[in-house]
Amino acid sequence: MLDYITSYLKSDLTPGAAGNVLWAFVYILLIFLGLSVAVIAMNWLERKILAHMQVRLGPMRVGPHGLLQPVADALKLLIKEDIMPAEADKVVFWMAPLFVVMTAFTVFIVVPFGPTHAVTDMNIGVLFMLGVSSLSVLGIVMAGWASNSHYPLIGALRSSAQMVSYEIAMGLAVISAVLMSSLNQAGTGTLSMIGLVQAQQAQHTWFVFKFFPLGLIAFVIFAIAMVAETNRAPFDLPEAESELTAGFHTEYSGFRWSLFFLAEYSAMIAVSSIAVTLWLGGWMRPFPTWLSGETWDLVFSLFPGLTFIFLAVFAFVGVVRMPKHPYFRIQTMGLAGFGAVLGLIGLVLFAPPVRDRIQDIYWFSVKVAVSMYMYIWYRGTFPRYRFDQLMKVGWKILLPVGIGVLILTAIAGVWL
Amino acid sequence: MAPITTLHYLVVAAALFVLGVVGVLTRRNVVVVLMSIELILNAVNLNLVAFSRIWGLQGQIFSIFVITDAAAEAAVGLGILIAFFRNKETVNVDEVDLLKW
Amino acid sequence: MQPVATTFFFYLLSGLAVLGGILVITRKNPVHSALALILTLLSLAGLYLMLYAPFVAGVQIILYAGGIMVLFLFVIMLVNLERSAKEEQFNKQWIAGTAAALALGVLFILVYTGGKALFPEHLAQLPEQSNTQEVAILLYGNYMFAFEIASLLLLVAIIGAVVMAKKRI
Repeated sequence: MLDYITSYLKSDLTPGAAGNVLWAFVYILLIFLGLSVAVIAMNWLERKILAHMQVRLGPMRVGPHGLLQPVADALKLLIKEDIMPAEADKVVFWMAPLFVVMTAFTVFIVVPFGPTHAVTDMNIGVLFMLGVSSLSVLGIVMAGWASNSHYPLIGALRSSAQMVSYEIAMGLAVISAVLMSSLNQAGTGTLSMIGLVQAQQAQHTWFVFKFFPLGLIAFVIFAIAMVAETNRAPFDLPEAESELTAGFHTEYSGFRWSLFFLAEYSAMIAVSSIAVTLWLGGWMRPFPTWLSGETWDLVFSLFPGLTFIFLAVFAFVGVVRMPKHPYFRIQTMGLAGFGAVLGLIGLVLFAPPVRDRIQDIYWFSVKVAVSMYMYIWYRGTFPRYRFDQLMKVGWKILLPVGIGVLILTAIAGVWL
Repeated sequence: MAPITTLHYLVVAAALFVLGVVGVLTRRNVVVVLMSIELILNAVNLNLVAFSRIWGLQGQIFSIFVITDAAAEAAVGLGILIAFFRNKETVNVDEVDLLKW
Repeated sequence: MQPVATTFFFYLLSGLAVLGGILVITRKNPVHSALALILTLLSLAGLYLMLYAPFVAGVQIILYAGGIMVLFLFVIMLVNLERSAKEEQFNKQWIAGTAAALALGVLFILVYTGGKALFPEHLAQLPEQSNTQEVAILLYGNYMFAFEIASLLLLVAIIGAVVMAKKRI
């Protein structure tokens, strides 16, 4: 038994490739927990960042700087009454949020957090991710239809039209990246997520800089399409709160609503990780060839620990700046404790064995985090599109540009 | 239990095919008739992929072509359905009787 | 990698597929039929994976479940089918239709029981890790012409659908 557990660690394969069911379960569990924590963190961060962009403070009451706000929200949602409209289609209404959550989490089995840190490496990785994440539109349509109410139905119609349209632009952008991966001796590309990152490693460049500006244009197309695909601002017409109340989840409340919330954020992380894998070099650290050598390896391997130390320092500055009133004593102590925990994690990450193992995961997460920050930034700055404008952008701009980029990439790949 | 052979897959495909035929022949709603046709096409696909396990990859190629066909068929069929619904306010096949006297 | 618990997953997936098929043709409400069809399509994708055809499985998910079925649901919601759900669902010749289909089923059973020997026991060794590449080589090699015709077919279908569905062109 112990042999079964340890034999995987020496094998340098993903659990799926090694056929090790136990480790596959461990990975699934870890990814599930990590995602849940990331969604909770995103909940807090989005409110804080949006608030600071609009010169507000955001949540400040529950815990120091509102750090416990997501926990309070989760509690509130769990004990809220779960209303089902009398005229709703009971079975479909019940299934819709589960379906959305299932699709949102299923895609993560092929996300490569490192050369061996994926549940499995499918031969059709990218296709699988695009396909399964496009299934979430079915859940949205189910929710909108089953509510048996006007706003959700309109939201669902909009959502299905929008997601089907933008999927095409997304697919074209992905194909041009896959085409770039075929520039090797054998001349065959790959759809596997790990294979795509390894192709970037072999060609010594991230695909976003390949055939400048073709890779960049493809990346921008994908970045626009992925915002539309996850129904986020400025393409959040399916849930446009000023016109449709809340769109497809108007009739949902309590725990079911929170499932939609969870699915939305994990879908955002999923499409971001496709973008990171295809264009931003996946788990590779910045400048792997330019700044190579032992010293630079050491410097870059210190980054994970330094990040946590930086966050800890940030928390301690907050402690110092807390008002000196006795009323704030518990909050100050909480923030100091939080900072201490962050600092401890940072110190653990400095230890050489941990440092080497955590590297890939760290760089992948940092890139995804930057992408998530962009999502919040879009939401804070762009006004919402009108529906015909949205369709125009999808069909008349992104699609022709995508086809053009694809053809030019093919030409460049043959002649350069 | 006995190992799964090609025949097992063929039996499943046959069951789906028969269900699709029943749907096409007995239902009145055009949408369900179109969906039954999808069921039939899928049964064919399962057969082709199961055969590709015996005789090589060509079966998979053909099943991809069948999926392409299905997409084209669904688009045109639903287009006809919308045009029909706009004219007659119904989606029942046995009310498409302009040519019937 | 060797697949795990093949027998169990085969019976699970094929059971779900057939169950979905039965629901498609018996539900009154077309939305329920469409959802049952999605169940069938997804279980078939699972069966394709078990048959070492990952690319077909991926295409099945992205095109059928993610594309065609969304189109179906979109149209069902666009044309309000409230009324037709309350009407008689089966046409007048349903007895004849079912009988014909069952006869077809009996024919299938006879053929499969009689022709068991036709299917060789040993299975072809399919490349699992490079399935997509092999499919692509065949698609852009031997079947190039058919591939081009398929793209033409899609173009015709796009134009046809627009002509049919648009009020004023």
